[in-house]
Amino acid sequence: MLRVTLRPGLYGLMRATAVLVVALSLQPTQRANAGTSTGQQIAHDVYKGNCLGCHQIPRDPKAVSLANIGPPLENMRERFADRALLRSQIWDATARNPQTVMPPFGKHKILTEAEIDLVIDYLYQY
Amino acid sequence: MPVASCGRPLPTSFVLRLLLAFMASLPVLAQAGPTEDRNRFVKFFEERFPGVPIDDYVYGALITNPGGRRQYDEIMEFPPFLGDIENGKRIWETPFRNGQTFADCFPDGARNVLGRYPYFDDALGKVVTFENAINACLRANGEPEFAYGERQPMGLLTAYARILSDGMRIDVRVGSPAALAKYEAGRDLFFRRVGQLNAACAGCHLYNAGKIMRMEIISPALGQATHWPIFRGGEELMTFQGRFKRCMEQMRAVPYGYNSEEWNDLEYFLSVLSNGLPLKSSVFRK
Repeated sequence: MLRVTLRPGLYGLMRATAVLVVALSLQPTQRANAGTSTGQQIAHDVYKGNCLGCHQIPRDPKAVSLANIGPPLENMRERFADRALLRSQIWDATARNPQTVMPPFGKHKILTEAEIDLVIDYLYQY
Repeated sequence: MPVASCGRPLPTSFVLRLLLAFMASLPVLAQAGPTEDRNRFVKFFEERFPGVPIDDYVYGALITNPGGRRQYDEIMEFPPFLGDIENGKRIWETPFRNGQTFADCFPDGARNVLGRYPYFDDALGKVVTFENAINACLRANGEPEFAYGERQPMGLLTAYARILSDGMRIDVRVGSPAALAKYEAGRDLFFRRVGQLNAACAGCHLYNAGKIMRMEIISPALGQATHWPIFRGGEELMTFQGRFKRCMEQMRAVPYGYNSEEWNDLEYFLSVLSNGLPLKSSVFRK
């Protein structure tokens, strides 16, 4: 906790602003916030979807991964024309493949239902 | 009274001979399961990694990464953790208050002993690890035991002491039904899904060995028991059970804990899996 002596006037205001800016910039930026994150952020966040841990998303230039455990996530609208099918795969992949290593993101509450929907919206771009 | 299927009582001597023959075959039967398991694993990996000599499995994820293997070989010529090994050597060679040393607790000063660890102790009814043996030695000499899983002194001590068995091939036996039960408990854990991420060791280290997780190649279970502790980045000492802990935490499971029966049984299973492979302790990993 920073202890700053209060000074009157403009100089005090400038210093207080500088301290605030520095303090805010030290907040962790990697953690995606449930309320304000995009589907891409949730998918890429290693503590959330961490999709890039197992999948590549070849058409997203921000998706940096060599992973080949799961298939590349592309042509998603063709492969999962039924959104419910993609949702079910993310929610609990063991329903379709009991041997899968894909975590059950919905069933085990790794992601919230809202986060899963945002991820699907993101994936449907590719 | 045992009877034949026609209802006539069987001669006692026949039954006795049958029973004796069955009991004599139990150690063979006990080993049959583990040997079959090992053969199945080896066959699976030989198909997954064609042409890789079996002794190379001690290099883990490096078996499909020639560049990484070259880097590893260069680093191992003069590894950055030599200071830690020296510290371990000092702990090993410092006499107890009664004048004895760790070396006195083991045959031939603990040279070429590690290949028989962990072993199932029939009297205790549980698996005994090398760390257990070290603490047994301390107890026998009136010294306080070392905490499991700590870098100092247990980690550093084993980082040195295990080197005394370098080159020895793992030879862990499963010689009784009770031992088999512990082996199977370890095997069950290897295949059991744990944690919020619902992952089993087998999911990665068997079925997806050689595949890439983000940027890292997944190592095969065969050979994993041979090369501990590792020094991550050349600095962070990590024991075999330390790796269990990290993995379980990464799967968001509550780790069983150092020296737990679950982890000692798992170490037992994984060592049997690597029977025949050469030990090489205190190695670099990135």
